[in-house]
Amino acid sequence: MSGILNSSIGRKFAMALSALFLMVFLLQHFAINLLSVFSADAFNDVSHFMGTFWVIQYVMQPVLIFGVIFHFVMGFVLEIKNKKARTISYAKNNGAANSSWMSRNMIYSGLAILAFICLHFYDFWLPEINTKYIQGDMTGLLANGEYRYFEELQHKFVDIWRVALYCIAFVFLALHLLHGFNSAFQSAGANNKYTKGLKGFGKAYAIIIPLGFIFIALFHHFNH
Amino acid sequence: MNMNLTLKIWRQKNASDKGSMVDYKVSDISPDMSFLEMLDVLNEQLINNNEEPVAFDHDCREGICGMCSLYINGEAHGPDRGVTTCQLHMRMFKDGDTITIEPFRATAFPVVKDLIVDRSSFDRIQHAGGFISVNTSGNTIDANAIPVNKHDADTAFEAATCIGCGACVASCKNSSAMLFVGAKVSQFALLPQGQVEATDRVLNMVKQMDEEGFGNCTNTGACEVECPKGISLENIARMNREYLAASLKG
Repeated sequence: MSGILNSSIGRKFAMALSALFLMVFLLQHFAINLLSVFSADAFNDVSHFMGTFWVIQYVMQPVLIFGVIFHFVMGFVLEIKNKKARTISYAKNNGAANSSWMSRNMIYSGLAILAFICLHFYDFWLPEINTKYIQGDMTGLLANGEYRYFEELQHKFVDIWRVALYCIAFVFLALHLLHGFNSAFQSAGANNKYTKGLKGFGKAYAIIIPLGFIFIALFHHFNH
Repeated sequence: MNMNLTLKIWRQKNASDKGSMVDYKVSDISPDMSFLEMLDVLNEQLINNNEEPVAFDHDCREGICGMCSLYINGEAHGPDRGVTTCQLHMRMFKDGDTITIEPFRATAFPVVKDLIVDRSSFDRIQHAGGFISVNTSGNTIDANAIPVNKHDADTAFEAATCIGCGACVASCKNSSAMLFVGAKVSQFALLPQGQVEATDRVLNMVKQMDEEGFGNCTNTGACEVECPKGISLENIARMNREYLAASLKG
C-alpha cells in the first residue's frame, strides 16, 4: 500500500476518488439551490442548518476544501508529468479523429471552473465566513428578523454580468463532467459488463446538473 | 487512377541530431499499393538520386508483427481503422494530397533515425512481469487440463492480440502506455495460469512503465480508436483493479 500515490495508477485513482466526492457534493449543492426556486423558507431553513451545524462546518467543509484543492493540484501535477512524456510535439496531430474535445482539454475546462470557484468564494463563501466567524453573528438573521440567505442569493443575481459569468462557468462545468464523470469510474476500475449503464447516466448528470444551475441563476435574475 | 503526392517526412540522421521535416514528391502511385510500398518507391527514387533513403521500421508486412509504426497525417498508422501502416492502402488518399509522416512521439520512444523509434521500453515492461513461470522440462501440464470460462478465455485472447506496436502511446496526448500494459496484464489476469504471479506481475509492470517515462492515462480513448487490434479500454480498467488490489495486498 505504501507509496501508492507515487504510481501513475495510484495518482489516477486518487484523482478519481476526489472527483467522485466532488460530484456527490455538486449534487447536494444543486438540490439545496433548487429549493430556492420553490420555497424561500425551505431554502433559508436548509441554508441555516448547513451554515451552523458543526459537523457540516468543522468536518465536511474542511474535507470539501481539501477535496477541491487536491483535485486541482493533482490535475496540474498530472498535466506537467504528461507534458514531460512527450517533449517533441507532432507537426500534424489529428486529435479530433480519435477523442472528444472535452477529454483533450480537461485542464482548460478545469482552469475555467477554478476561476469560477474563486469568484463563487468571493461572492458567497468569504462574506459567510466574515459574518459568522469574524463578526461572530451566527443567527443568520437580517435586521427585520428574517433569515438572510434567500435575500443574499437574490441580491447576487441582480447583476447580469455576474449571471453571465456563472452561466459560462456552468457550460465549462458541463464540458468537464462530460468526460470527467465516466473517466473517474474508468480510473477506479469500473468499466466492465456491469457498468454499461453508467455512461448514459454520466452524460445525463453532466448535462442536467449544470443546466439546472444555469436555470437557477436565470430564475433569480428575472424574479428578484 | 494513379496519384501524385507530396510527402512531408521527418528526417533525423541519428538519435542526437535535431531533425526536421523535409518535402518530397512521388508520382504515379497506385491506389493498390500499401503505404510502405509507396515509401519503397520514394526510397528507390532517393537511392537513384544518390540521396539517403528514409529509414522506417517494417517486418512481416502482414499486420501481425507490430514492427511498422509511423504517424501519418496526425494519426498512428494513418487514417484507416484496425490496420497497421503496412496494411494501410494508398486508396485512402487522393491525387494531389500532401501527407505528413512522422515517427511515434514519446520520451519513452526515442528516435533512432528518421522514422524509426526505439520501443525497447515495451520489452522491459514485458520482462518485468509479462509472463507466467511454467516448468517446460517435460512435465508441462496441458493447458486444456484446467477448465476456463468461455467469456474469460475469449477476453484473454482478445487482450493477447496486442502486437505491441506502440500506436496507443503515439496516439495518447499523454504518451501513456496503459493500453499496452493493461492488455498484457489482462491476458494473464483472466486465466487460472496467471493467478500465481498476479500480484507481483501488475506491481512490477506498472512500476517499470512509470520508470520508462510514459505519461498518465486520462481516459481520452484515443488509444482504443487507433489500436490496430482493437484492444479495449476495459483492459486499462482491469489493470487498475488488479493494481489497486495488489497494492492493498502488498
